[in-house]
Amino acid sequence: MMWVVAGLAAWALGWWLNHVLSHRPRTRFTRLAVPVIFGLTIIVVWECIVRGFDIPTVLLPAPTQIAARFAASTGILWQDFVQTAIKGALTGYILGCGAAVLLAIAIDRSPFLKRGLLPVGNFVAALPIVGTAPILVMWFGFDWQSKAAVVVVMVFFPMLVNTVQGLQDTEAMQRDLMRTYAASYWQTLFKLRLPAAMPFIFNGLKIATTLALIGAIVAEFFGSPIKGMGFRISTSVGQLSMDLVWAEIVVAALAGSGFYGGVALIEKAMTFWHPSQRGRA
Amino acid sequence: MRNAVPVLTVVAVIFALWYGAAVVLNAPWAYDKAKRADVTLGFSELVADTWSQDKPKLPAPHQVAVEIWNTTGEMIKDGRAFSKRSLIYHAWVTFSSTMLGFLLGTGLGIALAVGIVYNRTMDMSVMPWVIASQTIPILAIAPMIIVVLNAVGISGLLPKAMISMYLSFFPVVVGMVKGLRSPGPMQLDQMRTWNASASQTFWKLRLPSSMPYLFTSLKIAMAASLVGAIVGELPTGAVAGLGARLLTGSYYGQTIQIWSALIMAATLAAVLVGLIGLMQRITLKRMGMAE
Repeated sequence: MMWVVAGLAAWALGWWLNHVLSHRPRTRFTRLAVPVIFGLTIIVVWECIVRGFDIPTVLLPAPTQIAARFAASTGILWQDFVQTAIKGALTGYILGCGAAVLLAIAIDRSPFLKRGLLPVGNFVAALPIVGTAPILVMWFGFDWQSKAAVVVVMVFFPMLVNTVQGLQDTEAMQRDLMRTYAASYWQTLFKLRLPAAMPFIFNGLKIATTLALIGAIVAEFFGSPIKGMGFRISTSVGQLSMDLVWAEIVVAALAGSGFYGGVALIEKAMTFWHPSQRGRA
Repeated sequence: MRNAVPVLTVVAVIFALWYGAAVVLNAPWAYDKAKRADVTLGFSELVADTWSQDKPKLPAPHQVAVEIWNTTGEMIKDGRAFSKRSLIYHAWVTFSSTMLGFLLGTGLGIALAVGIVYNRTMDMSVMPWVIASQTIPILAIAPMIIVVLNAVGISGLLPKAMISMYLSFFPVVVGMVKGLRSPGPMQLDQMRTWNASASQTFWKLRLPSSMPYLFTSLKIAMAASLVGAIVGELPTGAVAGLGARLLTGSYYGQTIQIWSALIMAATLAAVLVGLIGLMQRITLKRMGMAE
């Protein structure tokens, strides 16, 4: 009972703090502090509920248990992280996004291909591509190569559509200016159109980060060597060791946010001129 | 319609590549068989063999089409449209959890968006977490959610729908927040001069002007919801649904079955997204917002 009351109190305190902070002028500090306080409140409430209602670990472990497990099994977690996130997701991400950008540039030269491929690409981007995972696992074997292949397929189409759209994002005036400079196709591409396409490309890259991790993890459900985050999650669920599953989820969340944040940082550095980036220094 | 010729060309090229790849990928097995039977394969025999194997590495399109017809059209003709071997049955299972998750997700998304637009505290504390929630690969914990909910006694559609919900609420929140905020200061001031209450402003100005945003996000949400339902079916012991067909297919090496389930999922996605597109066109037309 004590714990439940404590949980309610923590919730009230956190909400009150946020209420006060959010009604003060927005500064860098409040913009950072408010979500952090909200997150911390949720963790405290979670802990209190688990303890207060005696929820069995099998159903929902408390944050402290997860943290303890995380600290105890960093070795396994690191191994899984390298297998899934670095070897599977990152390789596939680089290959898939790179191929998509190159193909987009190639398509862009032919209006016929563009009109044909864009609707198809849009259609494929809406399809449940994860479904190809069993097929690719069958083709490329159980190790990380098949996971990278799934990631390539998953990130390819969103990336392609975004890049093609981005390459069209120049105005006739700008292109005419390049022509008056007697710029060649490649000069126009590198000096005008690619930079103009950057916001779109980064949008695609950001979408692709989450897709990449999901693809790599889900592909492991269809067969994997005895390491990897998806493998660990599905076997630990079988053994009912939920604290390890949650520790793995924490790793996935950290990897996902880190990956996304990294891309966002590069975006900020490379498209500093774009209106969406200006004014929030 | 101007796009018809290029699109058809691209589709034709894809089919040609598919047939070609089927020959290349299935050739080793065909040669292997021929060697054991002590015959040499001519080119036309090789092609014929690679396009008609039982468990090919890559089934040819017509093989998949035949399998789909056998598990849908044939079954309807026999009056067994909902037998367990029918793809229609599996598609229906996936469809129902997709829809449930989609409706839950849309409801949650709109509710959160209204809260975020009207409550400053919620805006600042919840919005960053809504975005952060999507960097967590939720599909990874799908098996756990299903096992846990089963343990609490919730089974059947709901656990799968929860995963769909988690995936589909995000685009709705983001789209609706943008949409509810799309009326300009001029329009909001106008409502104020009319002495409109907060709820009147919501129902008569904010909600109608958010419609284009809503439909765009609904399309994304629907596609995400379907992915969630399919992945949610993987760990349930592969009982029913398109995801289950994928999993059993991969266990037994039934590539044709995998491909037919995949095509069925793609068709389902296309139909659902298309329906929303249709609703969008009708609604926006009646509201006078069609472009």
